[in-house]
Amino acid sequence: MARAIVSMPAQARRGEVIGIKTLAAHPMETGFRRTQFGELIPRDIIRRFVCTYNGVEVFRVDLHPAVAANPLIAFTTVATESGTIVFQWVGDNGFAVTETAPIRVE
Amino acid sequence: MTTRREFLVLACGAASLTAATPVGAQIDPNQAALRKAALQEALRKVTGDAQVRRGKVKLDLPPLVDNGNAVPLAVTVESPMTSADHVKAIHVFTEKNPLPDVVSVYLGPRAGRAGISTRIRIADTQTVTAIAQLSDGSFWSDSADVVVTLSACLEEGLI
Repeated sequence: MARAIVSMPAQARRGEVIGIKTLAAHPMETGFRRTQFGELIPRDIIRRFVCTYNGVEVFRVDLHPAVAANPLIAFTTVATESGTIVFQWVGDNGFAVTETAPIRVE
Repeated sequence: MTTRREFLVLACGAASLTAATPVGAQIDPNQAALRKAALQEALRKVTGDAQVRRGKVKLDLPPLVDNGNAVPLAVTVESPMTSADHVKAIHVFTEKNPLPDVVSVYLGPRAGRAGISTRIRIADTQTVTAIAQLSDGSFWSDSADVVVTLSACLEEGLI
């Protein structure tokens, strides 16, 4: 169940601010819910999201249990040069997903 | 030996005991005080002793929410986002969730615009606060009141 979707323009003008939307498939179990027998369901969340543009970190989010399941993260970045944008999600129980998207800047 | 009748009486007693715990989405006052303290602690961790001023930050949340499990949240901060003057971090806190922290965003001039949209969980009718840290070290905030009809993490609210 490790899957993520990234939506962003494939090309942009130099210096343009582009919008990026990311969606990761994850239950984001809070660790505060109980089963019908009263046992706590252990926490299982994505803890960190990092976006790197040609190796430079441009955006990072620390997530807590209060983020809804299947976390949507929408943000912006400046299109500086052609290359790849890498998105990484890291979480509990060894959850790690990496997505890459190419971008052409003119 | 337990007769069928005795067993039923015992079973019903146990069921009514579990049902007798207070029901309602409102958090009890002690819990609320603890959570307020946790919020103050979380705020102090982020801002230190610096003064937090209102303004510059715009926190977008629907005022009335049917389902607290996925509430659309958008935070934008007025900033030119140049290397000399930009937003370094945006933090979102809740007053009555089991944990005060919601998200912490770290960004810089490469972000172009200072903002994030996501979806959050809200446990109860409460105030949500967003705090932005600027590159000059100042803190700015905005709050939004949210009324929730169906709470997230209701189980915790009942304890």
